[in-house]
Amino acid sequence: MAAATATGTRWALWAAGLVALVLSIAVAITIGPADLSVRDVFGVVGQHLGLGDAGVSRIRDGIVWELRLPRTLLAAVCGAGLAICGAIMQSLLRNPLADPFVLGISSGASTGAVMVVILGVGGGIITLSTGAFIGAVVAFAMVLLLAAGAGGTPDRVVLAGVAATQLFSALTSFIVTSSADAEQTRGVLFWLLGSLSGAGWVDVVTCGAVCLVGLVVCITLAPALDAFAFGEDAASSLGISVRWVRLVLLVVTALITATLVSAAGAIGFVGLVLPHAARAVVGPGHRLLLPATALIGAIFLVWVDTVARTVFSPQELPVGVVTALVGVPAFAVILYRRRGPA
Amino acid sequence: MSLSTRDVTWSIGGRRIVDGVTLDVSPGTVVGLLGPNGSGKSSLLRLLAGTRAPSDGQVLLDGVDLARLRRRDVARRVAVVEQHAQTELDLVVSDVVRLGRIPHRSTWSPESDADRAAVAEALERVELTSMAGRSWHTLSGGERQRVHIARALAQQPQELLLDEPTNHLDVHHQLDLLGLVRRLRMTSVVALHDLNLAAMFCDRLVVLKDGAVVAAGTPSDVLTPTLIADVYRVRAVVTAEGPGGVPSVRFEPGAPRRGGGPGPS
Repeated sequence: MAAATATGTRWALWAAGLVALVLSIAVAITIGPADLSVRDVFGVVGQHLGLGDAGVSRIRDGIVWELRLPRTLLAAVCGAGLAICGAIMQSLLRNPLADPFVLGISSGASTGAVMVVILGVGGGIITLSTGAFIGAVVAFAMVLLLAAGAGGTPDRVVLAGVAATQLFSALTSFIVTSSADAEQTRGVLFWLLGSLSGAGWVDVVTCGAVCLVGLVVCITLAPALDAFAFGEDAASSLGISVRWVRLVLLVVTALITATLVSAAGAIGFVGLVLPHAARAVVGPGHRLLLPATALIGAIFLVWVDTVARTVFSPQELPVGVVTALVGVPAFAVILYRRRGPA
Repeated sequence: MSLSTRDVTWSIGGRRIVDGVTLDVSPGTVVGLLGPNGSGKSSLLRLLAGTRAPSDGQVLLDGVDLARLRRRDVARRVAVVEQHAQTELDLVVSDVVRLGRIPHRSTWSPESDADRAAVAEALERVELTSMAGRSWHTLSGGERQRVHIARALAQQPQELLLDEPTNHLDVHHQLDLLGLVRRLRMTSVVALHDLNLAAMFCDRLVVLKDGAVVAAGTPSDVLTPTLIADVYRVRAVVTAEGPGGVPSVRFEPGAPRRGGGPGPS
């Protein structure tokens, strides 16, 4: 009976979370110049899904459908994806400070991006985001090889990641300082700090699909992640194929992160901190933790991006700057309320 | 038959940590694994659990090579209690015990009645039912080890492997914990440092030195001054004054006087 009630409450919470996400997206879209209402937003979406004319002018339709909706959806997808990757990394590497960028992915992506933008690598055929993706994958491959060569234990993975991050950051700085003009530097810097301003439907679909597949794989492996609570030997004695699970999860998180970074830049903080917030809410069991992390991450980044594009409107702030400015005080509250033996 | 090894060897970085060990664990017995630090006790336990693959030789479970069994099937038969397993996660006692159900659950199925019953029974057997909701981080060392034993029991194994489970525990909790292992009446292999505890709680002892078995048998057969001098390089007096007539070991200062030991060199 108690179990049935708990299950009921749980479903109610999930439903509430999803409603909160949908409403957040709808309300966030209305914020900004053009004076839209939530009703307009749902009308435009309905119209594009073939549910009848919403009676919204073409300009406002364009603002919703071409600009703000893809941008807000991409924010939700990035928030969800980065937060999941952070949760996985923290569990897999047993390190509360691990985040999606611990494998050198963001710095690899930035090197790839500046090579395309500043050095003109690819001769105009390769876009900034493709360059970033390639850079991210190269960095990750390097980290994996280095870590495997050194024994493959979690601390070696972290150390290899630190080394790769340093190397690629140095390469990026080298390229920027030696070749870029002020305009290019500013553009690259903005992208490095994370920006959703260029979001289009292609980004939304690509990132959304990758994140969805990744989330399913990760939830499938949720029991295995639970088994890592007391370390790799303990996981192994619980019947987990440690090497296999670790490899699959590293590759999946790397691909999610690389895809997101190539679309929106290296948005920090989300992957590091939101998993901790989710743990405070639903506890450490991954079957609940991963979807909850995704939901919290999505809602968080939708609002943060709204702040980033509106507070100094028409000037935009890099979203990565706002995630930290908004997130750190929020996180301080969580830490403070959860203080206790650790 | 239960767990056995055939000439099993495990090397890492060119060093033989476990060197040609052959042993048979009879069902229902508690086997004590003795030997100084670095003698290969922990490594041998990992080979028995299948969490390390032997470089050479075989580990057999009911006569079947462990390497041919799925990890998950092994985890339903053999459970491990490590010496000092820690977590940074904010787990409560029942969360930890529930980990033992992982080998029994399929990926997408929710927790079953059988899972809940196994967790409840495991907590009952280690007398921690009343602490099921306590945070892991508020437990004492002895309580943590009991929780790990409960987690192992929740795996519903037939074999229990314990790696120095009494390390970091005071005398009371050492006796308490090994008494618990004894009362479980399971096939167990326990790595131990304390020779008197080994004599009190184990049916058979296996002594390792440099990765190889140097003695095996009942505590009275194995625990002799000569063997202790040889393996531990200490002088000891052994009497039959332990509880129930088991050997009692008393150490004496100074280098061992005799025996084939290498001495303190």
